[in-house]
Amino acid sequence: MDNTDKELLATIADLHDIPEGSFNIRKNGKLLARNSDKDIEIVSKTDKDGIDIIVRPGVKNKSVHIPVLLTVGNFQDTVYNDFYIGDGADVTIIAGCGIHNDTCDSAEHDGIHTFYVGKNAKVRYVERHYANGSGTGKKVFDPTTKIYLKEKACFILESTQLGGVTYTDRKTYATVGKEATLLVKEKILTDHEERAVTDFKVTLRGKGSRADIVSRSVARGNSLQHFRSDLIGKNECFGHVECDGIVLEQARIMSTPKIDAVSTEASLVHEAAVGKIAGEQLVKLMSLGLTEQEAENAVIQGFLS
Amino acid sequence: MVELKKVSYSVKDEATGRKQDILKDVSLRFEDASITVITGPNGSGKSTLIKLLMGLEKPTSGQILFNGEDVTPLSVTERAKRGFTIAFQQPVRFKGITVKKLLSLASGSQPDIGQMCNCLSAVGLCARDYIDRQVDGTLSGGELKRIELAMAIAKGGEVFLLDEPEAGIDLWSFEDLVRIFNRLHDKTVIIVSHQHRILETADKIVLFENDRIVSAGKREEMFAKLAERPALCAMRVKEV
Ligand SMILES: Nc1ncnc2c1ncn2[C@@H]1O[C@H](COP(=O)(O)OP(=O)(O)OP(=O)(O)O)[C@@H](O)[C@H]1O
Ligand SMILES: [Mg+2]
Repeated sequence: MDNTDKELLATIADLHDIPEGSFNIRKNGKLLARNSDKDIEIVSKTDKDGIDIIVRPGVKNKSVHIPVLLTVGNFQDTVYNDFYIGDGADVTIIAGCGIHNDTCDSAEHDGIHTFYVGKNAKVRYVERHYANGSGTGKKVFDPTTKIYLKEKACFILESTQLGGVTYTDRKTYATVGKEATLLVKEKILTDHEERAVTDFKVTLRGKGSRADIVSRSVARGNSLQHFRSDLIGKNECFGHVECDGIVLEQARIMSTPKIDAVSTEASLVHEAAVGKIAGEQLVKLMSLGLTEQEAENAVIQGFLS
Repeated sequence: MVELKKVSYSVKDEATGRKQDILKDVSLRFEDASITVITGPNGSGKSTLIKLLMGLEKPTSGQILFNGEDVTPLSVTERAKRGFTIAFQQPVRFKGITVKKLLSLASGSQPDIGQMCNCLSAVGLCARDYIDRQVDGTLSGGELKRIELAMAIAKGGEVFLLDEPEAGIDLWSFEDLVRIFNRLHDKTVIIVSHQHRILETADKIVLFENDRIVSAGKREEMFAKLAERPALCAMRVKEV
């Protein structure tokens, strides 16, 4: 591991050292380090590139780190990771990806993640995407996340992308079972010529299922973001989608939320608001002695915190 | 000392395109170590005067002086740095920004728990319950108003502009406010208020009506005047 690797790991996974417990660090398409224990087992797939992460039923307060690093150009890395979360388990999964590309060729990571979450299990899935590097080469993430929640399961998805990613097309599919809950907190910051597209398709299938999807995004420079969501209520359920965006300079944010109450017992809400930073917010902060630029940064930082 | 010299402010009516005077030829002095309460009917221009003092709006004509310096061209930020501190009539909310963060932005440094406690308890809030709260739609109107005042206290300064600080604050807590004003007595304090209890704290009262000041004077003189023209001041209504 060199300094670039360490820096990326600290940014995407808060890792300053080799973590305790299970982990799998992947670099430029190859395994860099792994630890697998009896509670959370990690095994390589044999048919394609990727791993199976198996969390035993009832395992509590455990975490697993599966960061991915990409530090070369002209490289496209696709990986298939499947997560099997046993009944009643309670785990945190930290799965960031960092790209450092100093070349003129593109570097791309496409993680195809599938979660099978057992009854009464609880998962907090933290995914941070970050890219840097001096080259003109593109830095691309096209992740696909599929989530299947059994009875009373709870899945918290925290996904953050705070800069440097040239292009991202993120797809999230979820099927929520009886009395299960899906919570999504998405934060995206784009600048320059960056493009970010996010797509959610969530089916509330079970009776008493719930979903709450909150997306906060800031677009500046000449960047463009498109938020799409499709929330389908097939039973007595509650779903809420909120897309909040701040646009600055020449940037643009589009939001297309769709809700579909298939069942008459479904209750679905969507809210979307996109606009500049409110003038009164800037003025209030300036009246505390901040310059306009400092005030703007403070509002954005809070908004994305 | 803060001085307004023949300050006028007018806006263009969007519908008719005609010029509309909000304030006209206002000349006033606010002495050091004094509390001035501005009162008068809704829409008479009190908040506009506060905004002009803070630099949120620029006068159409006239000058604003602070200790002899012409601050009229100075921006909000520059005035804040000179010691102008405002608490808005309608405080803004911020998604994701905590009370702690706002207090630290206000004080210009990372305040310790003790300092934050002081600011918040001055406005009757328990720091432990509030510092990590976000200043967003989850706060009640009265809580937001108290936090706005706490921010002004945390910032400190020489000239305090408090626009209806009592609005939304329950009657039982008025004495907290009065205590805050007394603590600021060595500064130039300018308060907009409709409440008799607040007017009582004033050294000087300014009465607004429509676009001009009807009168300004010492508290006792003004109380006598207000008694003669009860319709002018909401305080009479409150008193009956
Ligand atoms: N930008 C503007 N455009 C048009 N009219 C304005 C503008 N700003 C203020 N006004 C008008 O100026 C008048 C004074 O407003 P201001 O907010 O100063 O009143 P106020 O005395 O503070 O009233 P209140 O007691 O209700 O707070 C009002 O009639 C208001 O509608
Ligand atoms: Mg007002």
